[in-house]
Amino acid sequence: MKKSVLFGALTVAGLAATAAAAGTLDDVKARGKLNCGVATGVPGFATPDANGVWNGFDVAVCRAVAAAVLSDPMAVEFVPTTGKTRFTALASGEIDMLARNTTWTFSRDVDLKFTFVGVNYYDGQGFMVPKELGVSSAKDLDGATVCIQTGTTTELNLADYFRINNMSYEPVPIETNAEAQQQYLAGACDVYTTDASGLAATRATFEDPSAHVLLPEIISKEPLGPLVRHGDDEWGDVVRWSLNALIAAEELGVSSANIAELSKGTDNPEINRMLGTEGTLGEMLGLDAEWAKRAIMAGGNYGEVFAKNIGENTPIGLARGLNAQWKDGGLQYAPPFR
Amino acid sequence: MTTLSDPPKEQFRLSMLLYDTRYRSATIQVIAMLGFMLLAAWLINNTAQNLAALGKPIDFGFFTEPASYDINQRLIDYTSQDSHLRASIVGLLNTLVVAVLGCVTATILGVIIGVLRLSKNWLVSRLMAVYVEMFRNVPVLLWIVFIMAIMIETLPSPRDFRGDDAEASMSLFDTVAVTNRGVYIPDVLFGHRDPETDEFTSWRTGLGDFPVGASESNPACASYFASEGPFAGRPGEGCGTFQISLDLMVILIVLGAGIYGARAIANRADRIQEATGDRPTTWYLRLGVIAVPLIITLWVLGFHLGYPELRGFNFSGGTHLRNSLIALWLALSLYTAAFIAENVRAGILAISQGQTEAASALGLRPNRTMNLVILPQALRVIIPPLISQYLNLTKNSSLAIAVGYMDLTGTLGGITLNQTGRELECLLLLMLIYLIVSLLISGVMNWYNESVKLKER
Repeated sequence: MKKSVLFGALTVAGLAATAAAAGTLDDVKARGKLNCGVATGVPGFATPDANGVWNGFDVAVCRAVAAAVLSDPMAVEFVPTTGKTRFTALASGEIDMLARNTTWTFSRDVDLKFTFVGVNYYDGQGFMVPKELGVSSAKDLDGATVCIQTGTTTELNLADYFRINNMSYEPVPIETNAEAQQQYLAGACDVYTTDASGLAATRATFEDPSAHVLLPEIISKEPLGPLVRHGDDEWGDVVRWSLNALIAAEELGVSSANIAELSKGTDNPEINRMLGTEGTLGEMLGLDAEWAKRAIMAGGNYGEVFAKNIGENTPIGLARGLNAQWKDGGLQYAPPFR
Repeated sequence: MTTLSDPPKEQFRLSMLLYDTRYRSATIQVIAMLGFMLLAAWLINNTAQNLAALGKPIDFGFFTEPASYDINQRLIDYTSQDSHLRASIVGLLNTLVVAVLGCVTATILGVIIGVLRLSKNWLVSRLMAVYVEMFRNVPVLLWIVFIMAIMIETLPSPRDFRGDDAEASMSLFDTVAVTNRGVYIPDVLFGHRDPETDEFTSWRTGLGDFPVGASESNPACASYFASEGPFAGRPGEGCGTFQISLDLMVILIVLGAGIYGARAIANRADRIQEATGDRPTTWYLRLGVIAVPLIITLWVLGFHLGYPELRGFNFSGGTHLRNSLIALWLALSLYTAAFIAENVRAGILAISQGQTEAASALGLRPNRTMNLVILPQALRVIIPPLISQYLNLTKNSSLAIAVGYMDLTGTLGGITLNQTGRELECLLLLMLIYLIVSLLISGVMNWYNESVKLKER
């Protein structure tokens, strides 16, 4: 851990200037592989399966970008990163993009010099407690021992929340989700706090998920999205519009089931422009005409990716909520393909 | 007839820098030095330039900004509104705590194990050999994680202590609670207070804390400056840069004076013994001169113990030794003790067998031979490698984050680094601080080594 931070810092010092100057898009094409930073293992968002193939909601973004750029959704080198190492890994050029439920904040965008290309999950920080504690509100948590993942915004939100409500707590800083789970289940902490989606994902892996409850309070806004380095807008555009293609595809009714048929040409010009049968959007991005078609075919549109990995029919069981399309009262809203 | 004349003075020529052996080595050294400085300058310049190109010039301004994160174990007052600098100091103190605890424990364990490993008892010496090989040959990180896992998984959590037929109960006459969040032990308090009104119930109130760097404008200090009379006002939390316990100071002074008095009595006994051959019995005097003033002082200060009790989610009252501290402390001590044991064994074996034989010939029993003859001589062999072991232990304490112990690496090199994104600044500072701490340890130990060295006359 320490080594990789140090290595990262030195690499920032030594290499980043050159890495930022050259186009990441050309680098990825030349390499034939996309280096994508993901979490070390959050069920539903990014986990390797029994065969070592990565799956999940965040992983799907990486696969869509790889499909758009390299025509192969499997041409991704996944780099597991912790809350602490992720930014150094991206800044140093070790990874081309980071899709690791990372909260879009002012200082990360401006001061740490990253570009958030969009939001693939609107989240908020919540609390999970064992049912036997009989706690029904976060306001009852005065004096509790709280497990937190260190190096995340949750740490700062938690400090603010308890301070504002004039409560005391005992923070137990933990490096990874797996360790936090172990401590929480053994009763070394009363509460586990992280993004509500992460809590649901973690609870789904417990032996008895019903013995744990998520408290109703959501104490922060956590817009999670993929990000790239500042200063390479061409590459930022590629990632941004690959994500937008997934979201727009759901809105326009393009799914992995009907995409083959729709890409022969439809009456809707926006679908045609997106799928490359009309206009030159792909060329403007520095890709070929069928980039968006491949991105959507990699794992389906946004709704399909959601349903397959974290939706209500999966063990994670998350409702669409804020992440429904804007037409359905949610916040997911892709700018027009024009 | 012979005349003596000075040999003709040789003119200095440039070529002599290379061909004259008197100058050649200096020339090579100067060139090597220049080359090294050029390399260093190039590296620094390159780093600064690249950072500037990245839009992140070196800047330590973030240190005065609020840290906005909480730290569980803090030896000085700290809230999330304090600066990154103060958070780093809290972390540094935590590093020093575990380093000091670890060094003391490792030394005691190491000396015992090293001596026992040379025991003539086959079973004892084999057992010690197993200990040394087991701890020395497994990475210390694994020991830290292993001890932590054992504590978390096997010990009861605080909620098991609740209820009439609780699954767990406190040990040592209900004074110590061993939980999987750590061990709660009684803490030392001065001055009895009424639990309802928080007023003192007797004149024995203790002296309270002295806030260093307190200012009257600080609201936390209001009660300190407002009250009349010496030691009446108590500073609130967050008053001053840090607070010193006056009670502890007084106790240390009384204890120091007592020990000094006891030594004076012992010296007097020595003089009488030298003069008359009879040593007067003084142990009760020496004990009394230490214990009586101490007990009186403690009584006057209103000394009592605060016991931990289960309240809400956790035990409150008492001192909380967190499981992260215990795991780190134990693992570092056990691991380093294995190396120290080998140093001690080497030191003892370096003393010639003749010393032991001579001591036996004088009629000394084996354990006195060890304490009075062998160990004092072995010390000069033991101490130099012991310094390295202390340095290793201190540096290994940076593995603390594995168990969530907030040491310097966890605060300055962890959360601060991550939240501010100032990797280079934080790591440079981190390295500098570890360097200074290590140099201080090695300075102190070298001074000690000088003082126990064999004095040759």
